[in-house]
Amino acid sequence: MEVTHQVLQQLVNGISLGSIYALIALGYTMIYGIIKLINFAHGDIYMVGAYIGFYAITQAHLSIVPALIISFVVTGILGMVVEKLAYKPLRHAPRISVLITAIGVSFFLEYTSMYFVSPTPRTFPALFGDVAIELGGIVINGQQMLILGITTILMIVLTYVVHRTKTGKAMRAASFDTETAQLMGIDSDRIISITFGIGSALAAVAGVLVGVYYNSIDPLMGIMPGLKAFVAAVLGGIGILPGAVVGGLILGIVEAFVSGFVSSTFRDAAAFAILILVLLFKPTGIFGKNTKEKV
Amino acid sequence: MNFSKKSLKLMSVVAGTMLMGSVFAGCGDEGSADEIKVGANFECTGNVANYGQATLDGFNLAIKEINDAGGVNGKKIKVVSADNKSEASEAVNAATKLISDDKVKVIVGPAVTANVIAESQVATDNKIPIIAPDATSPDVTVENGQVKPFVFRSCFIDPQQGSVMAKFAAEKLKAKTAVIYVDNSSDYSKSLGKVFKEKFEAAGGKVLMEEAFLAKDQDFKAALTKLKTANADVVFVPAYYEEVGKIVKQARELGFKQPFLGTDGWDDSKVADIAGADALNNTFFSTHYSDKDAEVKDFVDAFTKEYGHAPNVFAALGYDAGKMLADAIKRAGSDDPEKIREALEQTKDLKVGTGTITMDKHHNPIKQAVILENKNGDRVMVAKIMPDAE
Amino acid sequence: MKYLRKNDFIMIGFAVVLFAVLQGLIAGRILSSFWQLNLLIVGINVIMAVSLNLINGYTGQFSLGHAGFMAVGAYVGVVLTTNFHLPFLAALVAGAVAAGILGFLIGIPTLRLRGDYLAIATLGLGEIIRIVIMNIDYVGGAAGFKGIPHHTTFAWVFFLMLFALFFIKNFVNSNQGRACLAIRENEIAAESMGVNTTKYKIMAFTIGAAFAGVAGVLFAHSFYLISPNSFTFMQSFNYLIMVVMGGLGSITGSIAGAFVVTFISAALASWPEFRMIIYALALILMMFYRPQGLFGYMEVTNMRIFRKIFKKGGRADG
Repeated sequence: MEVTHQVLQQLVNGISLGSIYALIALGYTMIYGIIKLINFAHGDIYMVGAYIGFYAITQAHLSIVPALIISFVVTGILGMVVEKLAYKPLRHAPRISVLITAIGVSFFLEYTSMYFVSPTPRTFPALFGDVAIELGGIVINGQQMLILGITTILMIVLTYVVHRTKTGKAMRAASFDTETAQLMGIDSDRIISITFGIGSALAAVAGVLVGVYYNSIDPLMGIMPGLKAFVAAVLGGIGILPGAVVGGLILGIVEAFVSGFVSSTFRDAAAFAILILVLLFKPTGIFGKNTKEKV
Repeated sequence: MNFSKKSLKLMSVVAGTMLMGSVFAGCGDEGSADEIKVGANFECTGNVANYGQATLDGFNLAIKEINDAGGVNGKKIKVVSADNKSEASEAVNAATKLISDDKVKVIVGPAVTANVIAESQVATDNKIPIIAPDATSPDVTVENGQVKPFVFRSCFIDPQQGSVMAKFAAEKLKAKTAVIYVDNSSDYSKSLGKVFKEKFEAAGGKVLMEEAFLAKDQDFKAALTKLKTANADVVFVPAYYEEVGKIVKQARELGFKQPFLGTDGWDDSKVADIAGADALNNTFFSTHYSDKDAEVKDFVDAFTKEYGHAPNVFAALGYDAGKMLADAIKRAGSDDPEKIREALEQTKDLKVGTGTITMDKHHNPIKQAVILENKNGDRVMVAKIMPDAE
Repeated sequence: MKYLRKNDFIMIGFAVVLFAVLQGLIAGRILSSFWQLNLLIVGINVIMAVSLNLINGYTGQFSLGHAGFMAVGAYVGVVLTTNFHLPFLAALVAGAVAAGILGFLIGIPTLRLRGDYLAIATLGLGEIIRIVIMNIDYVGGAAGFKGIPHHTTFAWVFFLMLFALFFIKNFVNSNQGRACLAIRENEIAAESMGVNTTKYKIMAFTIGAAFAGVAGVLFAHSFYLISPNSFTFMQSFNYLIMVVMGGLGSITGSIAGAFVVTFISAALASWPEFRMIIYALALILMMFYRPQGLFGYMEVTNMRIFRKIFKKGGRADG
């Protein structure tokens, strides 16, 4: 096989992998944007979303779309509950304490899930046949395209919500300065809660789609994708929606190319190396704005 | 600074809990006269919890059966389990606890090679025998050419499986070239890859390319795309079922038509669930038993009844370890660790869940291997190999 | 200054008594080998926590790669003792130097980053170190390094821990340490007051990394086998948890944090199913009730109880 063909196929692989990172990163970046919290539990919310989808499909015998909706709603509520119980009481605590709480929530979700669903991986039943398109020797999977499409649509919808709606305006205000926003009559607590709900619901969509596409879920499935999504969000400039998507895609493509042309054992190292390199030149990520700090 | 009352109270609660915890864990009752304490040191949390848990399930089933049948030498076996968080230093920690605080006479586990090797030194120092149910690396029982007197296992070893598959590829499948795709985070996988390469090239074949992934990876397409360019006759993937299912699925999607070969890590019905029956056609793997064998039917039925799902290979090997242990205690006639150790060494023609085993001088059981082919969602036995003792 | 020195003597006296008691318990076989082992782990964790505290708590640089430095120390150490049969002390020094140099080299570029960006960059570096080790067959790769001699004794751990504690305490109270505190409080203000922020950030980072290297050597020589699995980012989280639980910017806190975390984990070993769940809940509750950690910025030597016992009231800036 000639080199261009290899490059193109790896590009396809990278974009499809990256679109998953991007989908998780969207929620990550939204939550970070509003309360500046690295929500380490985000990957585990994604896992819970996958399991809810799984049980909706296998136990309630629903098809994919209702399962997605149920998972979207239930996980969104879960995100809001987590925020209310675990993060809200710490609104004025040092940021690092909230971070430790997030790690605690992450462990809690992982191991309570493990207790209830056992560590054995579960598999989704085949919902629809695999559609693989072959274009001049390059294989493109239908589900991959679906994931990329959904990621793009969600990014556009979210950007619209954040920039054009009243709630979005409130979100941006709360993100800029929670207390001043409160003075302006914005119910910051409610806005933060909504953001958590939306962010978590997005993670659930990712969870179900990944579960269906890769066909295997387990209670610890969220750790690595969660970390990678965070890397993607930081790469693109954390708090910026298109940044999350671009960061995710870059990360996916880098991983694919390193696996394909260097060595797959250094794939993760390369992903982190790219992140560090980008940060050294653009300390706030690709789309991040450099704000002058004042005393 | 002054501590507020509330925080002082909290701190005293924390301190109290810790103290209580240490008392509980510290006293470790000596065990009543009519039971024999056995430690189970497994990966109950952490990244390989699914393997540790499955092995423990199988082991517990064996012990339950034995106790239901009246125990051994008139005594019941009591299992004390400890979690090693899937990590070597924690495995040492857990083994130390089992030996010093719980006063167990013998330890079963852990599942993963590195954790067993770390544990084996503690066991040797304290003269407590251990049985590793699924650690297949030769280094587990032998160190610098010396057999570790207190370390045993109840499964076959990597070189045996690796050479079985290499021979199968070269002779039965008439393969001239191969590519190898291993799990870089697993000793098991890497050492099998090495053996396969050695034996396959000794049989006149050629390994064109070697690639690696990491456990818990989801997407394998990048490396597979690269492996595809080699266009080898067979693809050897010595790995565990979770990744194997995804690898085969994604490889077929990318247009791999070649046969895939694997090892006992493949032995789980999840592979078919993940990959789909069609993708799994034309794949072969070596394992310990075929679930169609009449002699393993009892075990498979009992396990399914107990846990509500069919056993995988980890569960089967955990079960074997339980049977092997009970047999040794019975022959030892006491719960003296040294006597149990001697009895384990003399294990001979013992019928366990997956066949019959005899311990060789390297503390490895001489055990049959089978090669199964995945065919339209079913597994067909294509070869049964009785290995010669080294 | 006089007050300080007096406190030092009290603490050293206390440490010697503590050591004598513990060593007596060990020698008299009153402490089971499980709790002996956990005593070693506590000591190693204290070194890790206090060195991370220097970076995170005192200098305010959010580092999540501490396990990576520990790994470097551990692997350098075991290669020297196992493959080259050098004495343990040489391994300890080499482990500290190697980790320190790496910390220095990594610190130069990355410490320009701030806050969460620094956190993810250091996390990434920790993982890169681990992945590189995993790919070096000379040290066993993923399978781990086997056959490590068991050199770590309670005395080694205890006195190295003491050394780390006093070193870092004195560093924090020195001019350089004050500069680090100034950076934590406000980097820009510190810079405009003429503090060379880069220099002090790198200094703190290098010292922290070197002590992590020492802890790594001690860790490796207590377990016969080390594998890259023992140094994941989850492990770095664990050390961060100890630091925050005890109190960022409190040496007493780091000791308490290491102690609490290690003992919760050890005491829960018998309940594998609930171990992590209880641990998670403990973590969350702890942050609710004391978000600033057990000790906050406080040291034991400043507490009323301590002053009452040792009578001399006085300045409370120890």
